[in-house]
Amino acid sequence: MGGKDNTRRLVNGIGLFSLGLGTAQLVAPDAVNRMIGAENGPRNRALQRWLGGAREVAAGVGIESRRRPAAWMWTRVTGDLLDLGILGALAGSPTRPREARRRAVIGTTAVMGVLAADLIAARRLTRRGDELAARRKGIEATGWITVNRPVPEVFAFWQDFENLPRFMAHLESVRSLDGGRSRWQAAAPPGVELVWEAEVSDQRIDERIAWRSLADSTVANRGEVEFRPVPGGRGTEVRVRLRYDPPAGKLGAAVAKLFGEAPDQQIRDDLRRFKQVLETGEVVRSEGSPEGTRTRRLVAQRPAQPAGS
Amino acid sequence: MQANTWMGKTKLEVQEVPDPKILNARDAIVRVTSTAICGSDLHLYNGFIPTMRKGDILGHEFMGEVVETGPAITNLRIGDRVVVAFPIACGACGACQRGLTSLCENSNPNARMAQMLMGHPPAGIFGYSHMLGGFAGGQAEYARVPFADVGAFKIEDGIPDEQVLFLSDIFPTGYMGADMCDLSPGDVVAVWGAGPVGQFAVASARLLGAERVIAIDRYPYRLRMATEKAGATDVINYEQEPVLETLDELTAGRGPDACIDAVGMESHIDVAPLHAYDRTKQVVRAETDRPHALREAIMACANGGVVSVIGVYGGLVDKFPMGSLMNRSLRLRAGQCHVHQYVPRLLARILAGEIDPSFVITHRMPLEDAPRGYRMFRDKQDDCEKVVLTP
Repeated sequence: MGGKDNTRRLVNGIGLFSLGLGTAQLVAPDAVNRMIGAENGPRNRALQRWLGGAREVAAGVGIESRRRPAAWMWTRVTGDLLDLGILGALAGSPTRPREARRRAVIGTTAVMGVLAADLIAARRLTRRGDELAARRKGIEATGWITVNRPVPEVFAFWQDFENLPRFMAHLESVRSLDGGRSRWQAAAPPGVELVWEAEVSDQRIDERIAWRSLADSTVANRGEVEFRPVPGGRGTEVRVRLRYDPPAGKLGAAVAKLFGEAPDQQIRDDLRRFKQVLETGEVVRSEGSPEGTRTRRLVAQRPAQPAGS
Repeated sequence: MQANTWMGKTKLEVQEVPDPKILNARDAIVRVTSTAICGSDLHLYNGFIPTMRKGDILGHEFMGEVVETGPAITNLRIGDRVVVAFPIACGACGACQRGLTSLCENSNPNARMAQMLMGHPPAGIFGYSHMLGGFAGGQAEYARVPFADVGAFKIEDGIPDEQVLFLSDIFPTGYMGADMCDLSPGDVVAVWGAGPVGQFAVASARLLGAERVIAIDRYPYRLRMATEKAGATDVINYEQEPVLETLDELTAGRGPDACIDAVGMESHIDVAPLHAYDRTKQVVRAETDRPHALREAIMACANGGVVSVIGVYGGLVDKFPMGSLMNRSLRLRAGQCHVHQYVPRLLARILAGEIDPSFVITHRMPLEDAPRGYRMFRDKQDDCEKVVLTP
């Protein structure tokens, strides 16, 4: 993953490198041409100056300006690939002198190193950009399930928010307070506390419950659940929508982590457990998934044999 | 305890693993007294079922003695003899309440894996891959039985294991194959595959009133068993006779009223290029299942008849004769067996002496010989039809 500081140092280094190399290409294209073993004619000087130098300087300025650095970093990756193509042609060309070809090979190796650094930086920046975008948009998760129990029973179970942690993976505990309020605690990494108070904002018996965090909460969030009878006495349709608006910084990162990369899947897995609890009395466990249905377990199954003590 | 574990494609190892513990209130722990190798275990053995992991305990046909019960179990006691249904079912969800226990909506903690492959997830199954729950199987000294109040059926003392062991899977599976045919008097039934499930499909079709039952296979010993033990009236060895032509002749051009596919995804065909075609597609994952028997069953079936599929398929087939199915008003029925709804009535038939399911057993060996048993069964060595293992 790489720490935030590591990424910043890497990106900054690449930006400065870009500026340096670009300046050299602009100012002294002949020297650079000789260095990589290219023919130093007027056409190649122009190419070196404008296709190479101008591009490098633009990327360097873009990266150092700290605006949309990910896009500029991907420009560099594309440029590296272009350079590799040209250098490869130079190194492989049988009509070029031996020494020139040797220099082209050295140049190729150098560019490959640069490409690796660019790729790492570009991927890190993109991922961080996605996280930031998600944080700005908020996290929204929707899911639904049919529970083979009458509506009043399903409604009553959800209405008691203290039941929610029994099937919602991201909650540690919910405690009912006076006046329709409740205190929620989410599963957070060590050193971070994700706690908020919530109130019921709308409730229609056997139809709908909506709740939201109090105005001064650090973790702004709201949720709603709707209940509808399945025709023919076949139980209850349950539809859930959760929304979290994570704050900036460490808290926001912890909230984003609660839901991982697939918030919808997570709430749907929650609802499978909800159904299990209501229909069978508890969350169903197997040797491969000893905690029961868990989004993360799906990709990290234990072998299907009893766990040791 | 000792358990037979899957360690990779065609690699099994009987090894020491931890004893099972109660994980859910409705669990029971059973000391396994008899367990069997199922034809569908061979699909795991041969590496055709995805989401297996090294160390998975195999086996979904087993019975034994209850040695521990979870706090919510009230209908079983320590010491009870039980036979265990291979699908794990809660008894409370919509599917279970309709009797469709192999579609239990709660028993598969990894439902989403199966959902991605199949659209909707079926029930969890003992020892049958992680997409079907990741449950440890019964080819072991002990097994944990989830929802034991629903899936462990009490057996009175005095009846030998071998007469009731197959209530766990193959007898009900064969029976459901015949049951899905909605037989009426005079019906002719053809059964593809004279393995253990095919034998029980033949026997069940007779029990349910079929006039004629035709068994199709290529191993003379299996066809002999179908005639002598299961009650087939006719047999076709497809290496010696053309199946469609022979069925046509046997039914004077009508075709069998019902066709049961008891073969499934690893089917064999005698036409080498066709077999090579499907085998190749399977290897490159362009199709996962080889459906020769199914194709033939559809083409053979009488107009307006039933094609009943109890052989196991895992994913995709191609060259599926949809035109024949549609234009001739065929009904296609299929499913993993809803064992729970069949056990009581089949146990009653066994107790009444109408059938002794032990007729399919050809080999008995200790649990530690499981790898040898799998090999013999797969390669049909020594006229192997059914292997029972004793821990």
